[in-house]
Amino acid sequence: MWDRAGEGKKIPFIRLRNIKKTFGHVVALDGINLDVYPGEVTALVGDNGAGKSTLIKIIAGVLNPDEGELSLNGRHFQHLTPSRAIELGISAVYQDLALVDCRDVASNIFLGKEPLKACFFVDKKRMNRESEELLKKLKVSVPSVTTPVELLSGGQRQGVAVARSIKQKGRMLIFDEPTAAMGVRESAGVLELIRDLGDEGFAVFVISHNLHHVFTIADRICVIRNGRLVKDLRTKSATPDQVVGFITGTNRDIADTADIVNIKEGSITT
Amino acid sequence: MTMPRNTGISRMKIRLLPGNILPQLLLILLILIMAFFLSITSPFFLTWDNLRNIFDHSALYIILALGMTFVISSGGIDLSVGAVTALSGVCMAVAMQSGLGVGISILSGVAAGALVGAANGCIISLFKINPFIVTLAFMSLVRGLALVITGGIPIYGFPRSFTWWGSGHIGPLNPPMLLAALLTVLAALVLNMSRFGYYTLALGGNEEALRRSGVSINLYKIMVYLLCGATAALGGLVVTARLNTAEPLAGWMLEMDSIAAVVLGGTSMKGGKGSIAGTAIACLLLGILRNGLVILSIPSYYQYLLIGVIILSAVIFAEAGWGKGLGSINRKKERRGRTV
Repeated sequence: MWDRAGEGKKIPFIRLRNIKKTFGHVVALDGINLDVYPGEVTALVGDNGAGKSTLIKIIAGVLNPDEGELSLNGRHFQHLTPSRAIELGISAVYQDLALVDCRDVASNIFLGKEPLKACFFVDKKRMNRESEELLKKLKVSVPSVTTPVELLSGGQRQGVAVARSIKQKGRMLIFDEPTAAMGVRESAGVLELIRDLGDEGFAVFVISHNLHHVFTIADRICVIRNGRLVKDLRTKSATPDQVVGFITGTNRDIADTADIVNIKEGSITT
Repeated sequence: MTMPRNTGISRMKIRLLPGNILPQLLLILLILIMAFFLSITSPFFLTWDNLRNIFDHSALYIILALGMTFVISSGGIDLSVGAVTALSGVCMAVAMQSGLGVGISILSGVAAGALVGAANGCIISLFKINPFIVTLAFMSLVRGLALVITGGIPIYGFPRSFTWWGSGHIGPLNPPMLLAALLTVLAALVLNMSRFGYYTLALGGNEEALRRSGVSINLYKIMVYLLCGATAALGGLVVTARLNTAEPLAGWMLEMDSIAAVVLGGTSMKGGKGSIAGTAIACLLLGILRNGLVILSIPSYYQYLLIGVIILSAVIFAEAGWGKGLGSINRKKERRGRTV
């Protein structure tokens, strides 16, 4: 019922198999199987407490799953650590963006990766130049790379955070509610940026509550409910009402379990 | 979906250039006004001997305030520097008394200061305790240590090669002035252009961001406090050598003076912004102020009053946006509300 044509040829950037996580008696994730592909924007939607944040934290290495396996580039992991995840090219752009407000754009983009000259001095010229190039490529316009980040708009800040993730050699970018608390125009800019990242070949994984935004940018929508991945839809073949139904569970008549099996089989054959 | 991504930024160009150095320019203006006033009220102010005196006294404050600039711009505070000044002087004296060479004695004193700084940093970063209370405890602990080591009795009578550091001559200048000048240049280079400086400011700006970028924030915090301890110890060298006495109560209230200078110099108490030049200029300003009080024969007790007033007004000014114009504060608040 959704088009998976061509997907068979693609190799997923990350593959999650039977990920389980409980907190005490609460089952947060109950056997998640999910592939995230490069060059595709995958949106994860679900109600509060459905397990979205737990899932991205596991991918970013912040939490360890109780059961299950993550595989990247043919390597299998029981769990990741934040530094291992960054090494492997997984980069999370958190809601708070983790920017140093009082420092300028270039310093933020290169935070923790400052190039040196003469073994001591930070090569600011190179940082400025490369930051400009990168931001231009991302089509993020800032007044200047020497502008303190605190003076930027929400959308520009998001752009700087994304640029930093890419500078840290991120190949998979996770966005946690990227448009939360943002104005209409700013959201539009951020959405366009995310869409462009997908087209550029990054594996983009977005969590959002805003279905309108999800439908604007995502190639694929994964619905999570009560810790289970209940639906994996192509955006083209879905309607918002349908997705709302899956999120709330009122649309259960369409067999969820069959879909999960499908996903499993699909990935085994790839 | 082709919305422009730059929104609401056109206003900010106004503050970019002058905003960064405006506090320092104001300080220089203040110095000129004070110098003008003092030179017409007293014929002694503008004599070389008096100016030399001002530089000599300011040198000690500059040396201490440089380390403090790093600590405060990293978002911390170090209240133990005055006590460290005394302890390092005592360590140098004890080392010399026990027959060690002057060079090694000085090194041992500086090492003692650095060690106290590192201990401050370790406890603050590893146990995640507020730097105010940790360094407050160390202030008492270190002062107590200096008193215990000396038995409360000052140690005096050092070789000439040691006292040279306080009262020697290098042309028209003396070693403390040159030491202060050298350290100022070094500190400016390190804070503004080295990775350590970048991380110091990032620590003050957003510790969590630095941590998530894979930088060991504990290591850098410890290094910041270590540096502050070391500069306080160099201050101890100057004090001890100048008086030819290691006094366990030396450096009393010196933490106040250096914090005042740092804040006055435009370094933000919230961290993330630091100005080495501002600190040095502020030390000179405070030096001229003290000198002026003496010239005008105002009792020294008033200095305490004045330093308190200066700290307060500097903090209020900084909070109200040092030279940034009122518009930028509103913008900042707006932004803060959005990002948290």
